[in-house]
Amino acid sequence: MSSTTSAALPTARGLIRLPGGATQRGLLIQVALLLGVVALGWWLWSNAQVNMAARGLQFGFGFLERSAGIPIGEAMIAYAPSDTYSRALTVGLLNTLRVAIIGCFLCTIFGVLLGLARLSANPLLRGLTGGYIELVRNTPLVLQLVFWHAVMLQMPSVRQSINPLPGVFISQRGLKIPALLNEPELWAFLGAILAALVGWWLLLRRERARQIAIGERRPTLLPGFAMLLGFPALALLAGFVPTVEWPVMAGFNFEGGLALSPEFFALLVGLVIYTSAFVAEIVRSGIQSVHPGQGEAARALGLPNGRIMRLVILPQALRVIIPPMTSQYLNLTKNSSLAVVIGYPDLVSVANTSINQTGQAIEVITIFMAIYLFLSLSTSGLMNWYNSRVALKER
Amino acid sequence: MSASLAPPAGPSQAARIGAFLRACFAGPLNSAITLACLVVLYYAAPPIWDWAVGRATWSGTAAQCREAGGACWAFIREKFWFSIFGLYPYEQRWRPATMLSILVIMVLASTQRRCWGRRLLVGWAVAAPAMLVLMAGGVFGLEPVATRLWGGLSITGIIAVYGLALGYPLAILLALGRRSELTLLRWFSTAVIECVRGVPLISLLFMAAIMLPLFLPQGVTLDRLARVLVAYTLFTAAYMAEVVRGGLQAMPRGQYEAAEAIGLSYWQKMRLIILPQALTITIPSQVNTFIGLFKDTTLVVVIGVFDFFTTLRAALGDSQWLGFATEAYVFAAGVYFVLCFAMSRYSMHLERTLQPGTR
Repeated sequence: MSSTTSAALPTARGLIRLPGGATQRGLLIQVALLLGVVALGWWLWSNAQVNMAARGLQFGFGFLERSAGIPIGEAMIAYAPSDTYSRALTVGLLNTLRVAIIGCFLCTIFGVLLGLARLSANPLLRGLTGGYIELVRNTPLVLQLVFWHAVMLQMPSVRQSINPLPGVFISQRGLKIPALLNEPELWAFLGAILAALVGWWLLLRRERARQIAIGERRPTLLPGFAMLLGFPALALLAGFVPTVEWPVMAGFNFEGGLALSPEFFALLVGLVIYTSAFVAEIVRSGIQSVHPGQGEAARALGLPNGRIMRLVILPQALRVIIPPMTSQYLNLTKNSSLAVVIGYPDLVSVANTSINQTGQAIEVITIFMAIYLFLSLSTSGLMNWYNSRVALKER
Repeated sequence: MSASLAPPAGPSQAARIGAFLRACFAGPLNSAITLACLVVLYYAAPPIWDWAVGRATWSGTAAQCREAGGACWAFIREKFWFSIFGLYPYEQRWRPATMLSILVIMVLASTQRRCWGRRLLVGWAVAAPAMLVLMAGGVFGLEPVATRLWGGLSITGIIAVYGLALGYPLAILLALGRRSELTLLRWFSTAVIECVRGVPLISLLFMAAIMLPLFLPQGVTLDRLARVLVAYTLFTAAYMAEVVRGGLQAMPRGQYEAAEAIGLSYWQKMRLIILPQALTITIPSQVNTFIGLFKDTTLVVVIGVFDFFTTLRAALGDSQWLGFATEAYVFAAGVYFVLCFAMSRYSMHLERTLQPGTR
């Protein structure tokens, strides 16, 4: 209730106005809440002290520097079981980030494709996609992860691994793909691609300014693509050729190439399939939320189909799509903690082992909850920033 | 071939098939898509049908299953009651059975618009404790059964019902707190909601399972199921609170001002004017949120509670029935799908009927 209306009211029970628009009762409630929270916190804390003392534990983060002795199957940074707990937890966090970032990227692509298929004019495609989406959305993710993990373990042994594409091998031990060697040539090559993208973006900006200034539009697609292909080609000609390492069968195992463990692969596939079904529904409802009159009006102006989509439909659909997409990305990141069910060494899984070994439950749980909270808040901050850029600007 | 794919029979079947075919083969691109879909169906459907139905074994032994080579539904038949009751003592199985019947009756009653009202609330208030008493025993001459013996669909039902029943009032309080004019109260509610929503349910479950005992006075132990319920209730409350907040925000200002103008106190205003409307318009989103929460009951596996899915997985370890994992997964997926799909259809139905103006 706004202070102006309550001031005009005869006698709202017990509301005595204090300076600054606060009411006495309101103040009392807040003081009681504060006292309650503090008292509860103090009670819990003193209990924890007693309990930890009884178990011979001491609160503190000193254990982080002790040797962990946790074997971790896959680590993106150098790791040995003799490393410290903080190192082990960092490895877990990097594993979480790896699956989350790749997952968000892939689920966007598949989700948009599925959403478009769901809107197709073809009833057969529409129906099949709809059935698939409903099936995926209405079964628990844990079940799907366990299923994909079981599928991975059913794959043939390394010696009989499936070879669907040159350099790609699927076996019980996971996926083997060609790797790019980490050397200066690779970074120069990637730098060239990045330069091309920046160049394209600058070109777009200049052409848009030009269009606004003199109303003339020059094509940007062709020069853009020329840059995107030309810059890396120049880098190749200049001798910056990244080395591709192909996996080769040697004895009982592969040598070279990038190995993706069955756990990682199952987790990634499960998360992407699950989340992309939700993304598909978001994309569908976003595109459907644009009034058909918008497209018809654009067509009446003589715009070609591609531009109608790009200039009229998509900017309006994105406004509806972005906010729920944010929560899907967050869901995917949080759901990646289900890795513990299939044994992928993510943050929660490593933290769980650390708790079992050290008994420092409060500290470890505080650490990983803080990390997830930070990830959630920063992702939603980033997406809110993007959202404010595409949101309806009312002039 | 095309006739079998046509929509279900209607008054003008021929016309509908005609329209369907025209839509399928309008233009070269469309025809190509149709053909691609048919190719996929041609290669995928027969093997699946052959496995699930054609060569399936519906009753018999594991050996007969292996001989037939198809799906072993006999395994599901064998383990069906285990997946519902878990390790609950055999001669006491009538108790979870009664509990589940009460649950089904109450849920069915709750879906009927004409049952909505005070009586339904009273019904739930009686039914929920009755369900727990039936399961736990120890009174009325019922033999006590430890919660570690509970399992299967019955424990999934208990967690879902209790999570919602305890979490919902908390959700309303949190939502009101987040919309409150009292700064501290608003900060507190916002912090609780955002902190719970910002972390995975798994971490809350770990917290409840491992950290909570440390925070309780010495000598006080909380049952494992109770700890699961603490985490799950908090999770339900935070997610539901955001849905309720959406409803509160959607109420036109005039509703708040009119309630104040006739001199209602805060609680009268909320109880009589705002909440009934805000909760009603958000019922579809509440059902959708609950579908997600219901699927999340499977996460209790991480702290060793044997819910429906975990019980089925445990049944896979039976040495007489090794190697029928796919059947178990398909069956579990089917059960969850039927329940969740029914809820989502119901939510869509409500969305149509709860539109202002059709009420």
